[in-house]
Amino acid sequence: MKSHSMIAMLALAFMATGIRNVPAAAPAQLRIEAPWARETAEGQRDGGGFMTIVNDGKSADQLVAASSPVSAEVQIHTVQMENGMMRMRELPEGIAIPAQGRVELKPRSLHIMFIKLQRPLRAGEKVPVTLKFRAGGEQTVMMEVRAMAASMMSPMPAPPAK
Amino acid sequence: MTQRGILARRPAWSVAVLPVVAVAAGAFLSHWLQRPPSIGGAFELLDRDSRPFTDANLRGRPFAIYFGYTRCPDVCPTTLLHLADWRRRMGADGEKLQIVFVSVDPEIDTPASVGAYVDLFRASMIGLTGTPAQVAAIADAYRVVYAKVPQPSGGYNVDHSTAVFLVDSAGRYVDSISPLDNDEAALAKLRTLVAR
Repeated sequence: MKSHSMIAMLALAFMATGIRNVPAAAPAQLRIEAPWARETAEGQRDGGGFMTIVNDGKSADQLVAASSPVSAEVQIHTVQMENGMMRMRELPEGIAIPAQGRVELKPRSLHIMFIKLQRPLRAGEKVPVTLKFRAGGEQTVMMEVRAMAASMMSPMPAPPAK
Repeated sequence: MTQRGILARRPAWSVAVLPVVAVAAGAFLSHWLQRPPSIGGAFELLDRDSRPFTDANLRGRPFAIYFGYTRCPDVCPTTLLHLADWRRRMGADGEKLQIVFVSVDPEIDTPASVGAYVDLFRASMIGLTGTPAQVAAIADAYRVVYAKVPQPSGGYNVDHSTAVFLVDSAGRYVDSISPLDNDEAALAKLRTLVAR
C-alpha cells in the first residue's frame, strides 16, 4: 500500500512538474484579507464571519475547517436564494481556493458560522479564528466584529444564487 | 313557449340592463376567483418578556412583517437593515411604520434573544417568536414557508421565505416586498402603505 501511494505521489509530482514546471509539494501561499464578523445579541446562539482568501501560490488549496475559542464549533456554509427562499447549507468539504485566485466569503454567499457562541460577539472587538487549509496548513486571523448597522455589505437586489 | 311569453312581456329597458348586469356579475366573479389567497390576519405570539403579543397590539399603525431566525447569516440582517433604512428615508411618514421580525426557529431562539437581536439594529423594531404551534399558525396565515433542514455535522438550518409583508393600520394585507425589489420599488410600496 505504502509503495503504491509513493508511486502515485511521484507520478503526480512528475506530472505537475511537467505541466507547470514547479514542485508539486509547494504549499499554496494564502493571504486573508479583511476578516470580519457580525456582532451578535445576548442569547443569540450562532454568528457569521466573512473574509477574502487570496491564493498567491501556483497550486490550488482548500479551506477544510475552522475553529475559534469563542464558539463550540466553526462551520463552513453557503447561502442560496431560490424561488424567494433562503437556504443556508453546510459545506462539509469546505471551500476550494483556486491557484492564483481569490474567494470572497461575504453576506448572501460563502461564510463561516460560529456555532454555539460562548458569549456574544461585541462590535469593535477582534476574535481569533484558526483556518485550516488542506495544503497550506493552519492560519490564525483576527476577525473584526462589526456593528450590525455597519455590516450591510451587498445592496439589494440579491446577487444570483451560487 | 311560456318562457317566450314571459320575455315578450318584459319591459323594453330590461333588454339593455340584463347584459350589463350579467357582465358586471361575471367581472365580479372572475375578480373574486382570481384574488390571491388571503394573507395575514389574527395571530398570537410572545414578546421579549414572554408575554402574549397579538395582531391587536399592532392595530392602528401600518406594519412591515418579516420572518427569519437570528442565526440567519445575512438575508435576515440585510432585510431588517433595509427596512430600518427605508423607514428613515420616509421621514415623518416613516414614523408611523412598525417593523416586526418573527423568528421561525423557536427551538433555538427564545423570546428574549429575539428581542435582544432586533435591538442590534438600533432602530425601533418588534422582535417576536412563540411556541412552535404559534409560529406555525402565523406562518400559515402569512403563507410563509419554512423548513428545518438537517446538516451534515448535526444540527439544522432553517430554509425560509424572504418576502416582507405590508399590512395596513386596520390589519389588512396590502402588498409585499421581495428581495428582488430595489430601493425605489420598496420605498414606493411603503409610501403607499402608510398613505392608506
